[in-house]
Amino acid sequence: MRVHQGAFSLSADLTDAQIKKQVEYCIKNRFAIGIEWTDDPHPRNSYWEMWGLPLFDIPDAATIMYEIAEARKAHPNVYIKINAFDNTRGVESTGLSFIIQRPSFEPGFYLVRQEAAGRTIRYTLQSYAVQGSAEGARY
Amino acid sequence: MSNVEQRTRIKSERYESGVIPYKKMGYWDADYTVKETDVLTLFRITPQPGVDPVEAAAAVAGESSTATWTVVWTDLLTACDIYRAKAYFVEQVPNSANEFFAFIAYECDLFEEGSIANLTASIIGNVFGFKAVKALRLEDMRLPYGYLKTFLGPATGVIVERERLDVFGRPLLGATVKPKLGLSGKNYGRVVYEGLRGGLDFLKDDENINSQPFMRWRERFLYVMEGVNKAGAKTGCVKGSYLNVTAATMEEMYERAIFAKEVGSVIIMIDLIIGYTAIQSIAIWSRKNDMILHLHRAGHSTYTRQKSHGINFRVICKWMRMSGVDHIHAGTVVGKLEGDPNTVKGFYDTLLLSSLKENRNIGIFFDMDWASLRKCLPVASGGIHCGQMHQLVQLLGEDVVLQFGGGTIGHPDGIQAGATANRVALEAMILAKNEGRNYVEEGPEILKVASKECRPLQVALDLWKAITFNYASTDTLDYEATPVKGLA
Repeated sequence: MRVHQGAFSLSADLTDAQIKKQVEYCIKNRFAIGIEWTDDPHPRNSYWEMWGLPLFDIPDAATIMYEIAEARKAHPNVYIKINAFDNTRGVESTGLSFIIQRPSFEPGFYLVRQEAAGRTIRYTLQSYAVQGSAEGARY
Repeated sequence: MSNVEQRTRIKSERYESGVIPYKKMGYWDADYTVKETDVLTLFRITPQPGVDPVEAAAAVAGESSTATWTVVWTDLLTACDIYRAKAYFVEQVPNSANEFFAFIAYECDLFEEGSIANLTASIIGNVFGFKAVKALRLEDMRLPYGYLKTFLGPATGVIVERERLDVFGRPLLGATVKPKLGLSGKNYGRVVYEGLRGGLDFLKDDENINSQPFMRWRERFLYVMEGVNKAGAKTGCVKGSYLNVTAATMEEMYERAIFAKEVGSVIIMIDLIIGYTAIQSIAIWSRKNDMILHLHRAGHSTYTRQKSHGINFRVICKWMRMSGVDHIHAGTVVGKLEGDPNTVKGFYDTLLLSSLKENRNIGIFFDMDWASLRKCLPVASGGIHCGQMHQLVQLLGEDVVLQFGGGTIGHPDGIQAGATANRVALEAMILAKNEGRNYVEEGPEILKVASKECRPLQVALDLWKAITFNYASTDTLDYEATPVKGLA
């Protein structure tokens, strides 16, 4: 399966040239650019691991592309995304978020159905990879 | 003096019993200095033939505040000069001989804190049936900062909703289940699953899906949540489907809302026709229960569409943001329903900005600070399709839910294909916009290139390429670049 999270997940994986243009867009909007990675892409996993601090006030995309390359080198087979932070008053949240690397195989999720009272079913979403292996050995 | 009645009769000319013009009763004050704490209104007045526009404005001020048709001595027991609303400026509506814009100021103490019901009982209570005006429209309002602070506003709002769904930097995508009526619960859930599985963030009950003989509400909620959860597992995303809890009584609405929470929905829905008090009540319930609240503006066109009479939708936008709904339908411009581009832009700004600046080009007549009330997410729904994606992104921006009902479910290759077509079209357009391309001009080309890698998009573009709804809007703006002179 393909995880649909992020702004561009149903399109083909972005090339580095495309990623750079989105990074430039973030810089133009004065967003701080965070690089985050995980091997637990549960949709309610809000906190992926941070690749250092978000990059504030970086004038050129090259610095960010360098960090992206370093993050990929250190974590070649996990999910990596860009989280761009917009500190404009009234926003003060993420302005753009998109996946820039996926593991070679995305095993996806399954539903655990617990039959509750009456016809109610309690659903829990579990990740095959997380269920099967420990952190660092999932893909 | 012969008798006590004669001796104690009021001598002041102003309070002598009888009927005097509203203007003379103190409801017109051309020199009035607006206070920061005043509630301001702008009415479009069409006076009856022969009625002086300023007198009509004063009458509207009177009837929407303290006045009745005749002089009453009991006024003198109150600080009546304060409580009287004052019409302070009247101007002719550009390009219209018999319509006038009247600006009226109201003392804030005329209105109960935190109550849309009370605010509206004054402002639109009696005055719309008033015989001296042929037609009357409430065009805009300025709610003062202090009064806004007595309202909670949206509990979730745009920013937090995005954080909960983990969707940033693009419009949200939705679709309304079709056919609106007649599906069984199980078949209904199928549509929800397919749409979400294909790439939408939300599906939605329609305004008139409540609990009919063909599908009772519990049945719907259970199957819809199966679809929502299954699609979540298949896509790794937080998904939602607006469960419409509109019902005959508040008790019944609470029961449905509580069940929606029990089965794990992130969002519920209400219709505008439930009324202001019910909306504020369910908004408070939603706040207490971490629930996003979607409002379908069912019924609004009965009073918002005609230019001369009723309430402009921008006022409804303000009341609903104050009431605390997180979503509200606010027009598509290019779709099948009414919507002039600049007028709709004004609605979106009203819902999304932290403070408003007077700009008659988009129908905003007052500066207004929203006092940190959260942003209400506009929803664009009705006759839109993926071939219009460049126009939608340009006209409506990123903070919007684009809802393609027919444009998803009507796809020849199925609902999933329809959903995917919409999502891929949207992603291509946002990518191009962020890259700094002239995406509006190049829109059709951008879609064509994207469709080469996405057959569902190709099929959709072929099917709907010629569909447009080019009718003249009814509710358009009346403005002139140069300031207009007031009447005295």
